[in-house]
Amino acid sequence: MKRREFLQQASASTAFVTLGSAGLTSFTPLKETAKVTILHTNDVHSHIDPFGPNDGRNANKGGVARRASLIENIRKENPNTLLLDAGDIFQGTPYFNYYGGELEFKLMSMLKYDASTIGNHDFDNGVEGLYAQLPHAKFDFISSNYDFSNTIMDTHTSPFKVYEKSNIKIGVFGLGIELKGLVNKNNYKETKYLDPIETAQEMTRILKEDKNCDLIVCLSHLGYHYNDAPNKISDLKLAAATKNIDLIIGGHTHTFLPKPTITKNKDGKNVLVNQVGCYGINLGRIDFYFDENKNKTANGTSIIV
Amino acid sequence: MDSRLLILLFLSALTIGCKEKQLHLSKIEGRQISISDSLKANTEINDFIEPYRKHIQADLSTVLAYAVDTYSKTDGEFNTAIGNFMADAVYEEANPIFLSRTNKNIDMVLLNHGGIRAIISKGDITTRTAFELMPFENSIVVVALKGSQVTTLINYLSKAKKAHPISKLKLSIDNDDNIIEATINNKPIDQNKTYYIATNDYLYNGGDNMTFFQPNDSLYVLDYKIRNALIDHFKKVDTISPVRDNRFIQIK
Repeated sequence: MKRREFLQQASASTAFVTLGSAGLTSFTPLKETAKVTILHTNDVHSHIDPFGPNDGRNANKGGVARRASLIENIRKENPNTLLLDAGDIFQGTPYFNYYGGELEFKLMSMLKYDASTIGNHDFDNGVEGLYAQLPHAKFDFISSNYDFSNTIMDTHTSPFKVYEKSNIKIGVFGLGIELKGLVNKNNYKETKYLDPIETAQEMTRILKEDKNCDLIVCLSHLGYHYNDAPNKISDLKLAAATKNIDLIIGGHTHTFLPKPTITKNKDGKNVLVNQVGCYGINLGRIDFYFDENKNKTANGTSIIV
Repeated sequence: MDSRLLILLFLSALTIGCKEKQLHLSKIEGRQISISDSLKANTEINDFIEPYRKHIQADLSTVLAYAVDTYSKTDGEFNTAIGNFMADAVYEEANPIFLSRTNKNIDMVLLNHGGIRAIISKGDITTRTAFELMPFENSIVVVALKGSQVTTLINYLSKAKKAHPISKLKLSIDNDDNIIEATINNKPIDQNKTYYIATNDYLYNGGDNMTFFQPNDSLYVLDYKIRNALIDHFKKVDTISPVRDNRFIQIK
């Protein structure tokens, strides 16, 4: 029994060494390191099957079964992985029209998604249609600025969640877009939209000060940036108006970024904003490396994108 | 081997000993990974999807009707065969329902050009055709508008100069986009009469800047999806051969 435990530890260490860079230092007993990997999707819009070879734009791209193997491999490489989605899981292929989102949620559960926030299209079958599919979802719905208390979704979402991976506490909160004018009122019913910046300030305070999180991630369906309406709240505006957010994982605008955006928050510190287009044709991957070097301040963190 | 295990044991004891050490974020690496066909598909996931996929494929491939030609929303400036077909189909499928519920007839139909999401290809029309034409979940609503509000609607159409699908409304404009003639059921618009306009819930809520549906005298929600109306219509007719006609024209 004991011997088996030892063998498992031994093989785990070996695997770590083959990773390279940080591996060798792990055998120096006095230096502790940690690596947290955050994987993310957004606006998958019921794209379960890959695009066909004749698709004009995304030929042979996407597909949940391929995403599953990719995620499985990354988890083997680093078990301290968090898998997140920034909303608009629903609507876009007949899978949604026929099954109402059941298959999307079942597959995300099989892929072991940790959490998702809620996009405007997730209301397409009404707040009741979303509620009806909840039994198929074995992951958290995180929404900080939709007040569902007068709807059937009441108590089925969390304003924030704290995940612990390798002793690193990761606080996640979620922001949704204003529904008025975008979603039929009959669909969102009494869902109240709260100001994203005020909500974000409250969430970051709770996650940083009360929950002592090492990392704060915002799952956002606000949209990356609006050229035609520069004053409209967006991920870039949110980043600039808040503090203590390390990563904003965005959605809604189906923005394909050549690489994650590094921008400054209210305190002049770096915030990473990322979005990976749409339809499950990309997976975002952000690795956070921690070590004991106390001389490094947050701004001394090197960011490689 | 044994000595190595001992070292590991020693190391893990040390690690536990310094668990309280404060870790600092030293490096962030970000990138995007393309989900391409170079990745092997997970068999378990694929097998799980398969029965759903099979059912949908079989259902979508059901032949409902036949199209004598290929119809596209770009084949006309002010009205198109495909748009005329869609608006007329909505009228024909929705009017009996509206009539049975309210004892009133729909006076006209207005949809939006952008809402025609695909072409109808020559040959077999399947359930898939209906899903491609109308992938969204929009439903038919009937709005009661005063004649004066209908005039606002007509002004919108004359300025938009787009082939927004219409049925039962006839409109002609001159070179300067002024209205020459506008009739519903072959009669001029009566400013005091109430008209029953069928549209979809997206436009009713101001989509495509169609702000003239609200406020209104009353709203009738038919709980009938546009796509289902098209499917029902395809099932009824054997063949479709819509044409571009004179329902909306510019007289030069």
